[in-house]
Amino acid sequence: MLDAVLGSLTRLGNRVTSRVQRLGKASLFLAATLLGSGTAWRRFSLIVRELYFTGVLSLIIISVSGLFVGMVLGLQLYETLQRFGSGTMIGGVVALSLVRELGPVVAALLFASRAGSAITAEIGLMRATEQLSAMEMMAVDPVARVVAPRFWSGVISMPLLAGLFSAIGIFGGYLIAVVLIGVDEGTFWSQMQDSVDFRLDIVNGVIKSCVFGVIVSWIAVFEGFHAAPSAEGVSAATTRTVVTSALAILAADFILTAFMFTGA
Amino acid sequence: MKRTTLDLWVGFFVAIGLAALLFLALKVGNLTQSSHGETYALQARFGNIGGLKVRAPVKSAGVVVGRVRDIRFDQENFLAVVTLDVDANYKFPRDTFATINTSGLLGEQYVGFEAGGDDVMLKSGDTIKKTQDAMVLEKLISQFMYNKASEGK
Repeated sequence: MLDAVLGSLTRLGNRVTSRVQRLGKASLFLAATLLGSGTAWRRFSLIVRELYFTGVLSLIIISVSGLFVGMVLGLQLYETLQRFGSGTMIGGVVALSLVRELGPVVAALLFASRAGSAITAEIGLMRATEQLSAMEMMAVDPVARVVAPRFWSGVISMPLLAGLFSAIGIFGGYLIAVVLIGVDEGTFWSQMQDSVDFRLDIVNGVIKSCVFGVIVSWIAVFEGFHAAPSAEGVSAATTRTVVTSALAILAADFILTAFMFTGA
Repeated sequence: MKRTTLDLWVGFFVAIGLAALLFLALKVGNLTQSSHGETYALQARFGNIGGLKVRAPVKSAGVVVGRVRDIRFDQENFLAVVTLDVDANYKFPRDTFATINTSGLLGEQYVGFEAGGDDVMLKSGDTIKKTQDAMVLEKLISQFMYNKASEGK
């Protein structure tokens, strides 16, 4: 009886310490990445190359999802608003929900599964095939040469992708509300401009997406760099990247929202 | 992939992303109009501000001329002190009447200015003397009920 209790307590303690240890390791890794980014910024073509993979290749999925999310928002919200006779408020509501929440969060989730997983798999495979060790042998710092450009490309592309998501989503809402349902076009835009504030809503949305960009890129490069050097190791690391990023994005979103949009 | 094609695509991506942010700022957030330039501060005291909130508009003849900057409670007179930022382009006479109105029956509340006839204009830091409190629906209904009841006698 006592042994069982002690055993489960030990397992619990072990799990907690290993989690905390991993967090510490990740923080040190982030610090090392930031310190080692000098090379990446001096040789900007390294970042540009990664921007192609994280940013340009995510354009299609971000645009198409944004369009559909905006159109669904338009349909659903109009249905509800119509019950209170305020169907014309649709422009403001669609824009606010996209700019404040859905744009940054959904774009970050898509970005984590589209680009974050790719970064992890790529770095993990480099680890598994000992390319990283080979670089160290040649006195090339893999953190500066491999990790930092990928990290910064993620940080740069995230706000751009989130902005694109919101803009296309608003266009989708416009298609449904104005073209399909027949809300007056002038009312649609003026309602939107009335309710969306530049500093409170748009700037805060961009700040959110920057934070998510750091979180996703950080998790992706960390998991990839510390993946077990085997096929299973890389696949487990890729899964962890997507799962951890999703949880971290949603938790960070709650905290940011609590600070940004309450008490105003 | 060739270096130039890569650069071209990345350039396209960054341009389209910046264009989206610009669209949000200008068309959605209406930065061009909401970026008010010079303002001056006026104060007004109300017995009841109802649901007035900070950043609510100040309107005169239906046109937005400013925003509510701050709402405080004056412990000495038990009145609400509302600080208003009014666009420096607009001057109002000293006997301007400030009311708290509601847009629509249940809409948001705003401060309305009705200009008086005084020659002297309000300047920064002045207090508006003539104010009217927010209409409280419950009070109105109870008054109505009371009147009905006394009519019935």
